[in-house]
Amino acid sequence: MHYSWDWLIFLEPSVTGEGLYGLMLLRGLLWTVLLSLLAWSLALGIGLAAGVARTLPGRTARYLSTVYIHCFRNTPLLVQLFLWYFVVPELLPVDWGNALKQMNPTANQFLTVLVALTLYTAAKAAEQVRAGIESVPRSQKQAAMALGLGTAAAYRHVILPQALRIVIPPLTSDFLNVFKNSAVALTIGLMELTGQTRQLSEFSAHPFEAFIAATFVYMAITYGVIVLMRRIEHRARVPGLLGAA
Amino acid sequence: MTLNQPMIRSLLAAAGLALCAAAAGAQPLDGTLKKIKDTGTITVATRGASIPFNYLDDNNKQAGFAWEISQRVVEQVKKDLKLARLEVRTLEVTPQTRIPLVANQTVDLECSSTTNNAERQNQVSFSTTFFVVGARLLVRKNSGIKHWSDLVGKNVVVSAGTTAERMLRQLNEKNKWGINIILAKDINENFLTVETGRAVAATQDDIILYSNIARARKPADWEVVGVPQQKEAYGCMLRKGDTAFKKVVDGVITGMMRSGEFSALYEKYFLKPIAVKGSVTIGFPMSSDMQELVRHPSDQPL
Repeated sequence: MHYSWDWLIFLEPSVTGEGLYGLMLLRGLLWTVLLSLLAWSLALGIGLAAGVARTLPGRTARYLSTVYIHCFRNTPLLVQLFLWYFVVPELLPVDWGNALKQMNPTANQFLTVLVALTLYTAAKAAEQVRAGIESVPRSQKQAAMALGLGTAAAYRHVILPQALRIVIPPLTSDFLNVFKNSAVALTIGLMELTGQTRQLSEFSAHPFEAFIAATFVYMAITYGVIVLMRRIEHRARVPGLLGAA
Repeated sequence: MTLNQPMIRSLLAAAGLALCAAAAGAQPLDGTLKKIKDTGTITVATRGASIPFNYLDDNNKQAGFAWEISQRVVEQVKKDLKLARLEVRTLEVTPQTRIPLVANQTVDLECSSTTNNAERQNQVSFSTTFFVVGARLLVRKNSGIKHWSDLVGKNVVVSAGTTAERMLRQLNEKNKWGINIILAKDINENFLTVETGRAVAATQDDIILYSNIARARKPADWEVVGVPQQKEAYGCMLRKGDTAFKKVVDGVITGMMRSGEFSALYEKYFLKPIAVKGSVTIGFPMSSDMQELVRHPSDQPL
């Protein structure tokens, strides 16, 4: 292979005159972290609501959340993002569409990706929550009812405290996926970590160094998430539940 | 079988003779040419929509100005190496993948719209230049934008990672114009962004802007403005320091320029209709830079 390696490239000034190449990566990292954490927090809330709704006795709530989960979980994220970015503004009333398109492009891109990533992630999280709720023995709910608790109180005090503990491990992988999926942002021009890596590789003509560095950064992030989630899992553990001693 | 001493000696002598014979013949092959000869295959890069340099046309056939140049190089290699048959493999590349794929020797030759510049020369070598471009602005005729300085505070789209982006960022940084730079991932998305009104102008190599206008729904609505800030040279990429192969590629390009075949090929792609979206004509006569290039071929970045 005829490749000239230069690991000091990150300390060199960018040809665009906008600072060091290493700073480009750092800016990308900030977008990735900001986008992923925000999307994850929102997705947890929506996912919890949609997951619970799927198991409720009420028909309408169940139907609506089922439709939502099916639409958003079973189509590629990239397709959804393109729809949000290119198609939705054209479907809105012309004034609204133009207002959207004329706003600060970075803010516009960020909000679009945030919406797309949140709704996609929430649909996946909702399925985990539903599975968790369904894994709580039916007799628990019946016992709660027999004690005179209503549906809301039964969920609040009996079902959810158990179900949510059960779903912490599967939710960890969803949390990891948010960070990895956030890379779709580059397709509409938001230069998050992968986007900046590509830029760096194009401007400096040192693609291998750029992508190897990005790989390590992603690994560091996901490792951090795993450690965090282990801690939460450990602290939330109830002896006797889920075979935890 | 056991070998006695005289036998070993005669074997060694024969091997020595064979080596001498090889050395005495044509210069030993190395690099790309050796690989092509050994494997009987050459891998040429293609692009999906780098119109009119290297693209898939309406009949789903690879076509383009640079693509045809690469085909002529393949012919020449086959002739030079006296190969009875040479298998041509193609591999579609994108602006992001082309340099790594040439550097790691997956692709032997890449001819499309690739600018020859100093950073890239760290990783790959470039052939004789076959096209000269300059980045300009594509705007709606009624936009009121005529010069680069009219872009202050406006949204401008540029394809991510291109030399045009680098130029726009430098300009913006130097003059503190506060341009909002929108990045598009390819040539088509670049035009879509300005067509849907997200950006008031698109910056790209002039020839690509003209090809975008030719393919637009209403070509009459659009115009190209702004004096190019710098000129750029397109060349074919090949692996770094492979002088023998570069000589073949350069020879093909300069030969075409001398024989007039180059101008004929130019006419075919830039002045006559091409099979894209039914049939479009780019209508871009040879610039003075191009005429100068044909008179004095060069392989240097501009």
